[in-house]
Amino acid sequence: MSKYDWPEKSRRTLLGKRIARLDGPDKVSGKAKYASDLKRPGQLYAKFLRCPYAHAKVVSIDVSAAEKLPGVKAVKICENKGPGSEIQWALDEVVGVVAVDEQTAEDALKKIVVKYEKLPHLVNERDLSKAGDRAKPAAEQKTGDPDKGFQEAEVVIEGEYGIPIITHCCLEPHGQIVEWENDQLTVHPSTQNVTGLIGQFAQPLQIPAANVKIRMDYIGGGFGSKFGADSWGLESAHLSKQAGGKPVKTFLERDAELFVAGVRPSHFARIKVGAKKDGTLVAWESQSWSTGGPGGGGMAPIPYVINIPNQRKKHSAIATNTGPQRAWRAPNHPQACWLTFAALDDLAAKVNIDSLEFYMKNLSLAGERADLYRRELLKAAELIEWKKKWHPRGDTTAGYLKRGLGLGFHTWGGRGHNSEARLTIDPDGSVNVFLGSQDLGTGTRTIIAMVAAETLGLPLGSVKVNLGRAPDYPPSNASGGSTTVGGVSASTRRAAVDALEQLFAKVAPTLGVEPSQLESTGGKIQVKGAAAKNLSWQQATVKLGVTPVSATGKNVSQSNNPADGKLIDSGVGGVQMADVTVDIETGVTKVNKFVAVQDCGLVIDEKLAESQVLGAMIMGVCFSLFEERVMDEVTGRPLNANMEFYKLAGIGDIGDLVVHMWKDDPEQDARGVIGLGEPPANSPAAAIGNAIANAIGVRVPQAPFTPRRVLAALEKKGGLTS
Amino acid sequence: MPKRDHPERPSSLAVSRRGFLKGAGAVISSGIAAGAEVLEAAAPQAAQVHGPGKVPITLKINGASKSLSLEPRVTLLDALRNELELTGAKRVCDRSTCGACTVIVGGKSVYSCSVLAIEAQGKEITTVEGLMPAGKLHALQQAFIDNDGQQCGYCTPGFVMACKAFLDKNPNPTIEQVRKGLGGNLCRCGTYVGVTQAVLETARKMKGGRVNV
Repeated sequence: MSKYDWPEKSRRTLLGKRIARLDGPDKVSGKAKYASDLKRPGQLYAKFLRCPYAHAKVVSIDVSAAEKLPGVKAVKICENKGPGSEIQWALDEVVGVVAVDEQTAEDALKKIVVKYEKLPHLVNERDLSKAGDRAKPAAEQKTGDPDKGFQEAEVVIEGEYGIPIITHCCLEPHGQIVEWENDQLTVHPSTQNVTGLIGQFAQPLQIPAANVKIRMDYIGGGFGSKFGADSWGLESAHLSKQAGGKPVKTFLERDAELFVAGVRPSHFARIKVGAKKDGTLVAWESQSWSTGGPGGGGMAPIPYVINIPNQRKKHSAIATNTGPQRAWRAPNHPQACWLTFAALDDLAAKVNIDSLEFYMKNLSLAGERADLYRRELLKAAELIEWKKKWHPRGDTTAGYLKRGLGLGFHTWGGRGHNSEARLTIDPDGSVNVFLGSQDLGTGTRTIIAMVAAETLGLPLGSVKVNLGRAPDYPPSNASGGSTTVGGVSASTRRAAVDALEQLFAKVAPTLGVEPSQLESTGGKIQVKGAAAKNLSWQQATVKLGVTPVSATGKNVSQSNNPADGKLIDSGVGGVQMADVTVDIETGVTKVNKFVAVQDCGLVIDEKLAESQVLGAMIMGVCFSLFEERVMDEVTGRPLNANMEFYKLAGIGDIGDLVVHMWKDDPEQDARGVIGLGEPPANSPAAAIGNAIANAIGVRVPQAPFTPRRVLAALEKKGGLTS
Repeated sequence: MPKRDHPERPSSLAVSRRGFLKGAGAVISSGIAAGAEVLEAAAPQAAQVHGPGKVPITLKINGASKSLSLEPRVTLLDALRNELELTGAKRVCDRSTCGACTVIVGGKSVYSCSVLAIEAQGKEITTVEGLMPAGKLHALQQAFIDNDGQQCGYCTPGFVMACKAFLDKNPNPTIEQVRKGLGGNLCRCGTYVGVTQAVLETARKMKGGRVNV
């Protein structure tokens, strides 16, 4: 036992409850100020001229007319974009302009003349055979004896499956306001990385880290795409300097936001799977390829979760002339999950076994979490009425509406990151927690307050959480990979425990006991076992005189020191099942019901945890049915650089969603806090795609499962009638 | 994707806006102050040129009259955000798709990114900042909080305004009506479940006469 351990379940007043997010009132009222909402004194506006070609050499740039336009304050050719330079993707920025207002900056862009020499481009990677020397094959990976495995297999399926590039499509575009005061830079960014952004600006600008300040209260979506200063952020800093240090506001237009500010890599694979007649998996072979832009794309972890004993895997990274990839909620897991579970589901259909039974049979291949998956699968099956509704592949009922069930399951790490929290208790009783962290809308602010208030025995409203200032507040790592909730809850817990000890030491003499005899609960500091001997929180903090209590708690991600307490862990499972109806005349798929069963160790705020899972499921409906970046092969330009044609699901497109947070084992709680943002984003395409196959009797091999692709799959099968 | 019931986007507005953006000046009806419907109905002989420079524009926002000097090409959204610091309405898609800029004009929800400020003169404009004149959260806003109808919060003010206009028109909606009627607002974090519950809960409370919406 460590003093930092989470309080016993029976003693918790806030942890595990359904608490509404604390910044809800500011968000629903429009009071929440995002960087894109700010107007700094004397603020100027930056716009960028973007290259219309996917691959081109810059021949010449003439900015003279733009510079002369009244209202223009600075014009700058972007770093490494001068004559002779090579542009690698369409919409990459070439020249930046700063003006007194947005309209003037836009007018100035029209006066800039850039001459390009077009170069050959590749923007579509769907067909591996057309990639030529853009395909970089990696060394073959072999496990066991795949040749022998396939010889022993009694049933083999082969298929080609894919999922295209999607973009983050943050509603608040990437951008920031930058301003100089002499050599001191202040940045108001939209970032997932408040503390880390200091170095991101300081190093390229060659100024001391101490000269950079970061200020952010709210961020309008990141999903893995907002960790860096970004080229446009650094350009804006240069432009601001040219304009005398005045605040320069830069936020991307929607087309740039969709096509240069980050994508999730595509992933395609020809997959062969071998099994015994009873469905026991024996061999896997895959030739996969993917792109995330000029750097190509790495191989997703296939086969996913189910570790088939004999494997041969080849992968090619394809370099394309498209905007570069960034981390996207659970990098490479949604792709791996879809590719794997589509192929395995096809195998289950071929051996004619209920896919739930098929996975149950092969669960020993799922490793240490096999038993957790088994129980989660049973729970999800109960919630979606699998036994009652499942049928062999192809809904044979009459009519054009076909209904089916599908499933997928997944994993993720989610260990808390490095984080420091400073907690202060002032003589007036007020409590503040300071972290150079950020709340992406996941509820970070709320859970920090819950942990502090729980530890101090105070009502939730007594704790003020201060985020988004660096270096003013102690450093916390970037919010990515589901690492924040573990990191900040652990650092806050330790800070609060230590601060409370300091307070106990101050008030113990008044109550005539040793500090160790005190406890803080219900807004009172009292003697353990003699509650009548107590001081109210305010009576106690007055004893501090003029010196506030201040304690810093740390979380070191990989530390296993027992004295630090068992607060966090890593590694979760999760199961999702979908019930869909497909109209085989129109090809339209409708999600009827979508179930998620998800563990995450100790649940701090059940309401917000459910929101994370629901959000991931809805995002999953988006990339299963609607979302896809479309490039024009001939011009190399994006064809859907707006939200009308880059489609997201609307409120009517999601069906009935059911979330079951897995708290069914006592050991879940004992594991401590584990991150939750990524894992539920992994299974949606597998669950929905398999449900479609179950409904219509044929595999739609590529996501998103649009009407066109559904109809094409049906056509291949031999027409619209099943 | 099912057909969306979009907030107001009179066909003439989009065309006019593109026209303004192409050339700095534009010919518009003298009846512009009365809004889009008049623009559609008016004959071109009453035409008058506004701009390209700044012109005086008066907007009635949240019960107060605001006098501005703006180029005719400035949208209502940009006027709210850049001139009046009413930043609840957000600029996201900037072309009538996502609804993050939704405000209520003359009792109807509109995409303020696709209405020119000059067109919005003479009408009552309500932004999210006008929903709580006494500083107390509107019942619908409280329902958004209680049902966690927000995550990052960037779509939220627009969604709140779309829901407000929706409930004004449909005080007793079915879940199917909610799913159709609010299809004009997009959320990236995935808050639709909470938003749906918030609208239905507010409607139930309205029905019980417990709140005025």
